[in-house]
Amino acid sequence: MKKFFAQAYLWVVLIVMYAPIIVIAVYSFTEAKVLGNWTGFSFNLYKSLFQGGAGQALTSALINTLIIAVISSTCATFLGTFAAVGIFYTRHKFRKNTMNALNNIPILNPDIITGISLFLLFVALGVNQGYVTICLAHITFCTPYVVLSVMPRLHQMNPNTYEAALDLGATPHQALWKVIIPQVRSGMIAGFILAFTLSIDDFEVSIFNLGNNGLETLSTFIYSDARRGGLSPELRPLSTLVFVVVLLVLFVVNIYNARAARKKQ
Amino acid sequence: MKITRFLNKRSSLGIPYFLFMLCFVVAPLVIIVFFAFTDGNGHLTFDNFLRFVSNPKDLNTFVYSMVLSMITTLICLVVGYPIAYILSDSRLCKSQVMVILFIMPMMVNVLVRTLATVALFGWLHLPLGEGALIFGMVYNFLPFMIYPIYNVLNKLDKSYIEAAQDLGANPVQVFLKVVLPLSKEGIISGVMMVYMPTISTFAISELLTLNNIKLFGTTIQENINNGMWNYGAMLAVVMLVIIMVLNMFDKSPEEGGSEMGGLV
Repeated sequence: MKKFFAQAYLWVVLIVMYAPIIVIAVYSFTEAKVLGNWTGFSFNLYKSLFQGGAGQALTSALINTLIIAVISSTCATFLGTFAAVGIFYTRHKFRKNTMNALNNIPILNPDIITGISLFLLFVALGVNQGYVTICLAHITFCTPYVVLSVMPRLHQMNPNTYEAALDLGATPHQALWKVIIPQVRSGMIAGFILAFTLSIDDFEVSIFNLGNNGLETLSTFIYSDARRGGLSPELRPLSTLVFVVVLLVLFVVNIYNARAARKKQ
Repeated sequence: MKITRFLNKRSSLGIPYFLFMLCFVVAPLVIIVFFAFTDGNGHLTFDNFLRFVSNPKDLNTFVYSMVLSMITTLICLVVGYPIAYILSDSRLCKSQVMVILFIMPMMVNVLVRTLATVALFGWLHLPLGEGALIFGMVYNFLPFMIYPIYNVLNKLDKSYIEAAQDLGANPVQVFLKVVLPLSKEGIISGVMMVYMPTISTFAISELLTLNNIKLFGTTIQENINNGMWNYGAMLAVVMLVIIMVLNMFDKSPEEGGSEMGGLV
């Protein structure tokens, strides 16, 4: 009985949680301008998403989003991994604590503060905002998560292997790349994926650091489109696609992780 | 020779990130505070703060945002705690997939989720406004409440519960005197993870209330967009101070962060 109520509660909340996106997905297969009118099944909205005038702006926003995410998550992964190694091997207590505290600032700061503070920095320096500034901004809020993903791997590592490599004649550089990096690789990959999703997902930092040269990411495009004309019908297939792709990727990754974790046990 | 040895030390690998953070984390915060306490010509002034305190419109928005965020956080806690509890109890829910289903929406774009909520309200012919805003915020941030509480409950040593039962506690007592106190940390980080983004959000309120209700985040954004950098910076500093005060209650920010880091 208790189990029945528990399960019922879970399902009710799940249905409410997923209801909005289900409604959008269903109505993405009809042409009506206003959501809620069913004018027969059609793929036309999906077609016009990738062809018409709105489609072109949308495609370029999508490409921008992906390029920015690749650049910033790659930079964040390397910067963050080296930083994690650096922090881990710092014996100086004060320096270590300072680094950890600084690393936590972008995580704790609300996005709007990160966005505005970087915007004011670029204004104060007289830098024109565009691709470079938005990538720097994304690296700023992604790197802390990479550091936090790599750190636990360093703790698990056998501390003697690095010394052993040095004793066997490896240079510090070789020892880093051949001993430490391979052992923290899973943390780096987790950090990269997290940075990538954070970057794609970001709206509040992006909107302040895009500049006004017409550069748009997916989120800012949706925002300005929704603001301009109320909801244009093409947003329905777009939201559906974004939702389905993200959910599928996350679902597969999580199932894979859960299986791997079970195997280890 | 000395320089190469210094650069070869592993602890030196943190130097690039340290410099990066000085430029893009510390300097921006210093600049935001500088802007907040100066006028357009760079002269030191408290006018921005006085202007905020003497401006009933912005002050009202500020208080309203705080209250609305509290309501949202409370609803998330009331709805989310039982979910986390059920998910962590293997007798009530065996499936790992269920956990993933509850946590996944966290990773989908906030704007996409908000647009979906707008669509749902339109479909049900419900008016957009305060109710829609609260629903939208709960909908957006519920996973952030469930996840940390679930994590703590999942690690909770079940023998405490058995011990309490053996010693004659009834189920209500077990919950109030054992489970609840032991999950305090999860509740605190859940409350932080919901409350902090809700007070700073701006796009959600615009879309869900057709721009009728302004939140504090919107006020900040409007001022920055309209070139009122000094006043906007002051409003941001006000928010920053609140966040800092709230963070004092959360003793383990690092742990909260690494919990987030563990989720892909």
